[in-house]
Amino acid sequence: MLALRLAYRNVVGKGLRTWLNVAVLSLAYVLIIWHQGMFIGMLRYGSRAMIDYEVGGGQYWHRSYDPLDILSHDDAHGRIPAELSELISQGKATPILIRQAAIYPEGRLHSVLLKGIDHSQTVLKIPSHHLKNDKEALPVLIGKRMAKSLAMGIDDYITIRWRDAKGTFDALEARIVAIMDTPATGVDKGQLWVPLEALQKMVQLENEATLIVVGRNVLSIKDLPEWKFKEPDFLMRDIIEMVRGKRVGAAILYAVLLFLAMLAIFDTQVLAIFNRRKEIGTLMALGMSRGSVILLFTLEGAMNGILAIAVGAIYGIPLLVFTAQRGISLPEVTEEFGFAIPPKLFPFYSVGLIVGTVFIVSLTVTIVSFLPTRRILKMKPTDALRGKMS
Amino acid sequence: MVLVKTRNLLKCYPMGLRTLTALRKINLEFQRGEFCGLIGPSGSGKTTLLNIIGSLDVPSQGSVTVLDKKIEELSHVEAARLRRNHIGFIFQTYNLLPLYTAYENVEFPLLLIDMPEAKRKKKVMDALDWLGIADKAESRPAQLSGGESQRVAVARAIVKLPDLVLADEPTANLDAENSFNILEMMVKLNQELNTTFIFATHDEKVIRYLRRKIHLVDGQVVKDEIVN
Ligand SMILES: Nc1ncnc2c1ncn2[C@@H]1O[C@H](COP(=O)(O)OP(=O)(O)OP(=O)(O)O)[C@@H](O)[C@H]1O
Ligand SMILES: [Mg+2]
Repeated sequence: MLALRLAYRNVVGKGLRTWLNVAVLSLAYVLIIWHQGMFIGMLRYGSRAMIDYEVGGGQYWHRSYDPLDILSHDDAHGRIPAELSELISQGKATPILIRQAAIYPEGRLHSVLLKGIDHSQTVLKIPSHHLKNDKEALPVLIGKRMAKSLAMGIDDYITIRWRDAKGTFDALEARIVAIMDTPATGVDKGQLWVPLEALQKMVQLENEATLIVVGRNVLSIKDLPEWKFKEPDFLMRDIIEMVRGKRVGAAILYAVLLFLAMLAIFDTQVLAIFNRRKEIGTLMALGMSRGSVILLFTLEGAMNGILAIAVGAIYGIPLLVFTAQRGISLPEVTEEFGFAIPPKLFPFYSVGLIVGTVFIVSLTVTIVSFLPTRRILKMKPTDALRGKMS
Repeated sequence: MVLVKTRNLLKCYPMGLRTLTALRKINLEFQRGEFCGLIGPSGSGKTTLLNIIGSLDVPSQGSVTVLDKKIEELSHVEAARLRRNHIGFIFQTYNLLPLYTAYENVEFPLLLIDMPEAKRKKKVMDALDWLGIADKAESRPAQLSGGESQRVAVARAIVKLPDLVLADEPTANLDAENSFNILEMMVKLNQELNTTFIFATHDEKVIRYLRRKIHLVDGQVVKDEIVN
């Protein structure tokens, strides 16, 4: 306690030099928390969108389904298992049938995926209810990105050509009935959503599906012989990996910032111990042990970190709260990220992030403050009093 | 009662290949309540001896006992404890802690011995009063004159009522009047509280006050006279 009091007195007494160190350090705290908060916000937004529109509480995949191998899609289908029929009828799961197809907007060939979904499902946020009013043409639901790349709008007609289960080509005219504005690119680009039953008839795969999305609150999940259950974490591994990669990349920036702050503190400490060797001798003559003097100087350095928390809080908390409430507008180009990016990003500052950052920075400051004080161990009180370095 | 006792004390410093003998064969005893001084020319070993008695340094050979503790056997922590509890230092250059006020400087030794706040406050004010600088309590060392600084330093050395005060050239940077004032106060302290004072000095103004003069030349005691 005494050492802490003395350290505080000394640090504040040092004036400008202290405040410079404190300013750089507080910037480190605030920047790291703010920046990481953005990544966490991005991950949360992205995974929320994926869960809502694509992943649900997990998916049963037909054993031959491989989303990366488009050519295999037409072979990946099977009878909807009886074990899941109860969940499906209760609205807690929904089957999706995926088939390859081609469309010809303005005469050019586009390869697309036809995805059949039950119009009454509520497991995913996809607005499948639009697919209900089945009049003369096959109703099609597409995402806004798809609509943009096809340059098509509602009530436009497109020709779809596909092969049925026996490999026979067939074609028909379909009408775009709705365009969904979804943050999840995974249910948008290159896809046409059509009524499940209609697709099953078109390809002669009555009662079959490629995958079955399970609702978020379904707990009892068991593997079935033909169907492998995929956890949400597995389904979202790309986005999780990507954000993790970005967070690690950002760490380089923090390392540079911290390095500068630490250099300043180290330098201040080395200088302080050199300039104050007579004072160190006096402290020893007054009866402070070397250990206590080392503790005092270490605390003085560490105090920079503590003051920086206070200073950082003064301007950091308003900044963090403001951005967390108002969000940060992101430029359009960020669409290219490959996963859902919100037009406005709401950073998320978890307790773990704040506590962890404060802990790591404070610990580094303390270590850096401690290192130069080892010189004191070698100091003889008599030499220190004479202003000599021993 | 014997407070300090040296037995065949020898102190050498390595000087390249040779060694420099700063003190040789010192056999001295100091009684409680003495007001005495180590006198000698520059380089005669006064500071060296004072530092060893004050447990800031250790003898190369021989033995030094202070308050029944053998200096050469103390660990750093034990030596610090001995200084903290029993010894007050006064330096030629005052050595006040620059960021602290006069009050805080004098308070410092009491903080080190964990004295409770109320008692501490009274003791600090008493010491400042004693030395006639209570009005400077809130001043920082940079704002004090040499005489005032040394009075703060004396207050800091005596505030815990140590058994032993070691003063190394305390008047070297002071003019005659300030030297006189400081010495008068020390004499008074010595008489009223029976505090033991050991000086290291070659200042005539100090020497006049000493009741025992130990003359050092080239690290050896050449004369040890009691003055009445
Ligand atoms: N740390 C040291 N290393 C080497 N030699 C030293 C050291 N300290 C003192 N000496 C030498 O020991 C001798 C005695 O020094 P000391 O400081 O005790 O003298 P002093 O009587 O106090 O002199 P002054 O009156 O100038 O203060 C001197 O020759 C000095 O050079
Ligand atoms: Mg000397």
